[in-house]
Amino acid sequence: MKKILKYGGAGLLSAVIGFVNGFFGGGGGMLLVPALEKALKCPVKKSHATAIAVILPVSIASAVTYILNGHFQWFPAAFASAGCLGGGVLGALLLKKLKPEVVGLLFACLMIAVGIKLTLPLSFK
Amino acid sequence: MTLKIILFVLIGAVGGLIGGMGMGGGTLLIPLLTMLTETEQHAAQAVNLIAFIPMSAVALIIHIKNGLVEFKYLPLMAVPAVVSSVFSAILARRVEAGSLRMYFGIFLIVLGVWQLSGIVRAFVKKRRAEKRKAADLKRRESQEKITIYKKR
Repeated sequence: MKKILKYGGAGLLSAVIGFVNGFFGGGGGMLLVPALEKALKCPVKKSHATAIAVILPVSIASAVTYILNGHFQWFPAAFASAGCLGGGVLGALLLKKLKPEVVGLLFACLMIAVGIKLTLPLSFK
Repeated sequence: MTLKIILFVLIGAVGGLIGGMGMGGGTLLIPLLTMLTETEQHAAQAVNLIAFIPMSAVALIIHIKNGLVEFKYLPLMAVPAVVSSVFSAILARRVEAGSLRMYFGIFLIVLGVWQLSGIVRAFVKKRRAEKRKAADLKRRESQEKITIYKKR
């Protein structure tokens, strides 16, 4: 019974995270890591690695759906992808030199600030 | 044109930089694209999904080699997520770009607050553990002093 609850809950969480990742075009990985840690008791490092293995097919599936929906612009896609790959390598290397708490704190504040800016039109309606 | 290319590469690099640190770079790549360039919300989300694929493929190969991927959880976690993501991507098409942008902003605020609270909680926990350790050390030291005193 406990097992059914554990795996059922994890499956349900996965469906919710997939929904979010498809709807917003990202953010699923950030939610998957704690889901794997808490629901399946997966160790931290393995959770990070497994989250990528889960979110990669999800991203491919939603990317194909977006392209079929007609939301593909090759120009930003090509150049932003190239920058992303370079930045990704640099970020992975930098991670060893920076304090993760400090980076996380800065990033969280930045997310909140950008989020407020995007939702501001709400107050004008 | 060249300036535009540089801008897109830079925006991608910022997203990748944060993504490479394992902190969801896409959540920043999308608003940077819509705020700094005239990319529409749906298209920006598509760009992020596409930009994520090569980077994570490289990371995944490294993780598999290091034996960090837990394959037994893969079907359970990936299959429902893939199905629901296709459904929600179709749903997102019906949402108008301005509204989607706003929902995305709310999503960002929730994520930011959640991450902030996680960091604060971890910090408090660490502080408490340190204090307990210091108190333990003090107690042990005073006990040692007593035993030395008794031996005399």
